[in-house]
Amino acid sequence: MTLPDDTVSHLRRVLQAPELPGDRYEIHEAIGHGGMGTVYRAHDRALARDVALKVLRADVAGREAAVRLEREARILAQLEHPGIVPVHDVGVLADGRVYYVMKLVRGERLHDFAQDSGRADVLRVLLRVCETVGFAHSHGVVHRDLKPSNIMVGSFGEVLVLDWGIARVRGSIETSGSTGGEPVATPGEDDTAPGVILGTPGFMAPEQAQGISGQIDGRTDVYALGAILRAITGPASQGGPVPRPLEAIWNRALSPDPAGRYGSAAELAADITRFLDAVPVTAYRESFGERAGRIFRKYQTAIILVLTYLAVRLLFLVLRGL
Amino acid sequence: MALAGRLVEQPDGGDIPGTSATFRAAMFPRPHETPHGVFPTTRRSVVEAIRDQDPGTRRAALDTLITVYWRPVYAHLRRKWRLQPADSEDLTQEFFTQAVTDDFLLGYDPAQARFRTYVRVCLDRFVANAQRDERRLKRGGGITVLPLDFALIEQELAAADGQAGKDGADAWFDREWIRGLFAAAVSDLRTACRGTPREIRFAVFERYDLAPTREADRPGYRAVAEELGLPVTQVTNHLAWARRELRRLLLERLRSLTATDAEFREEAEELLGEGRA
Repeated sequence: MTLPDDTVSHLRRVLQAPELPGDRYEIHEAIGHGGMGTVYRAHDRALARDVALKVLRADVAGREAAVRLEREARILAQLEHPGIVPVHDVGVLADGRVYYVMKLVRGERLHDFAQDSGRADVLRVLLRVCETVGFAHSHGVVHRDLKPSNIMVGSFGEVLVLDWGIARVRGSIETSGSTGGEPVATPGEDDTAPGVILGTPGFMAPEQAQGISGQIDGRTDVYALGAILRAITGPASQGGPVPRPLEAIWNRALSPDPAGRYGSAAELAADITRFLDAVPVTAYRESFGERAGRIFRKYQTAIILVLTYLAVRLLFLVLRGL
Repeated sequence: MALAGRLVEQPDGGDIPGTSATFRAAMFPRPHETPHGVFPTTRRSVVEAIRDQDPGTRRAALDTLITVYWRPVYAHLRRKWRLQPADSEDLTQEFFTQAVTDDFLLGYDPAQARFRTYVRVCLDRFVANAQRDERRLKRGGGITVLPLDFALIEQELAAADGQAGKDGADAWFDREWIRGLFAAAVSDLRTACRGTPREIRFAVFERYDLAPTREADRPGYRAVAEELGLPVTQVTNHLAWARRELRRLLLERLRSLTATDAEFREEAEELLGEGRA
């Protein structure tokens, strides 16, 4: 006896797949791997639709990781916003690992989107990210792991902020649950012990990188948004010279001192909007020449038309005088 | 040392004509026959056993090795070295014969490479030497004939020719290695279930996971339930059990074919993804 290729492929897939209780979900291929979990495409038989199923990775499985994944599910479930993936279900696998089921989103990650898009389009996407992050902040949630690979631009233009696994919760969000028995976090408390560093180098604010948990607030995410702005609109991604006001915006967001940054994601978004509208940004004091250039670029068509009219008129007068 | 008259396990665990059940049982203790219970908790590493002082242990280890490795060896000879079927058959036989007589597998150093890679490198060296010595073997010329199903693998290689080339020559070796491991694990599972109340579990697994040759032909749980006269929940439970056991047996086989924990984890990651061992 031998096994045909298709059978071997099928067996590899089913042995990799998590073993779900009941027969509601039919697991298909893995569509994403993260530091904490693996995301599978699955079919929800009860509602006849495809969903995404995130399962804690077996090799990182442990009480702390399980708590984080469960927290993530509950945070997502309570942050109802178009920029946050809705969660449908949460549970525990036969082997004790936590999983949750969420909407299946098809699209591309921000870094890929930025490669094929103009600077203005990329900035408009980032504005939507700022809105989502600002919404989370207003509910006491700091993401703490914002980076281009955690932002999905959907096929229909939707912009989603993913991977809330290490988010810090303060205030009103209720994250305790019943799937694993014990409460996963107490409202108003930080789940990260001082000195513990969670996040991604290059996008982590200094206070986060140094493990100063007491200093982490919405401005920590503002720093990450500044790092994203630099990564996706800088010369490495877009090529060519970077407009100074834009550079000033990310420099302000990337201030090592939280007090030197924008006070909120909304303030950062407002400056990006000003830049897109070609009006002065708060992060940059422009010279007279730069101001003139900016005004010229903004009203380029009208100015050219007026100048052309004046030139023609002048020519006409000169010709008549001859 | 010749392999004449010895037994080589077939992937399906079926009897090989002309061999006694007693001899077979002695050479290949079945999982359910071990003192550890239904399944053995560990299987001694073949890589370790081929260095054993006892010739019987070494031969048994080599037979285990052949079970999983004969297909990759043959496919590698056919696809990478582009040898004719007859030459590939002879060299496959001789490669394993020389593994015993020349002990070249004993030179394996886990710090240098995975065992799988080492076997492939040994094979390449073996073929290069054979070609250098112009050692074209006559059919059956003094070679011990192992009961390996070359006709079947030849058909499969021909059927898979459309995929040749794009994965690189060494990919055939790896692909057949994976197939060999799965076939051996399925065989272990079937044997463990045979003649026990678990037989129905294997029947469900066979009907749902093994029998369909194309994804489109896979029956629904309900169809399998009706066919076997079981409730649907029983079908999913049996299937879950069979897959769990298959995964365990597969990893156990894999562990026996690796030398270190690190190598086992790497191989398991490649086989099943994401380091789930």
